[in-house]
Amino acid sequence: MLSCKHATHLMSEALDRPLSGRERFNLRVHLLFCRGCRAFRGQMDFLRKASRSFIHWRDAGDQ
Amino acid sequence: MTDTRNAELISGFRPQMLKFARLQLQDDSGAEDAVQEAIEAALGGIDRFAGRSALKTWIFTILRHKIIDALRERGRTVQISSLERDESELDEAFDALFKENAHWSPQSRPKAWGDPEEALQQRQFWHVFETCLEILPARTARVFMMREFLGFETDEICTTLALTTSNCNVILHRARAGLRQCLNQGWFAGEAQSC
Ligand SMILES: [Zn+2]
Repeated sequence: MLSCKHATHLMSEALDRPLSGRERFNLRVHLLFCRGCRAFRGQMDFLRKASRSFIHWRDAGDQ
Repeated sequence: MTDTRNAELISGFRPQMLKFARLQLQDDSGAEDAVQEAIEAALGGIDRFAGRSALKTWIFTILRHKIIDALRERGRTVQISSLERDESELDEAFDALFKENAHWSPQSRPKAWGDPEEALQQRQFWHVFETCLEILPARTARVFMMREFLGFETDEICTTLALTTSNCNVILHRARAGLRQCLNQGWFAGEAQSC
């Protein structure tokens, strides 16, 4: 089974490239059983969203 | 007529453009040049743009290309040695979250952040976010910003900075894990430990 640490790498890479079928499968199985990694994944999604909002926030702050 | 108006709009973006260019190029005069060139190029083709956000997207696209040019011209002389220490410190902090078997240790297992959407509405959150970015090691922050703010694809980043793909992946993971930990402590720490 995938370790949590390895899972965090896959979750990060999933934001940059399509994972292979095997990677996706292993990750999905891991997430099914691991609450910590599910939280981590939510936080990765949040980071992306925050980064995309960052430019607009800076913009508003400059006005 | 519209020319003056557009010029005003563009100069409004200037501080933000400079900030991004500085972070990318790590050099004030190089950043000034890139921004100036981008503004001139933008003013040249301005009449096609009506909306402010279209204009902004466009001018940042130009700036992004100017930054790539500047990075390439520089012959990829990215200085790395002095950064490695900071990077390995960050890696150690991350490793400390795990047990021997590379699973989360109970006290540092991530817990869902309560209402992250709400954080995005709060000015104070963005100050924390900025601070967390600033304390990342320079190269780590730069790769992260190229990816998430400037919208580079990972292979463009690797090529521009002369990194291998796996190196890029490691750096992006380091940046995200570091930001996560920083935000967790700096913003979400006060949250109740639900479940
Ligand atoms: Zn896990």
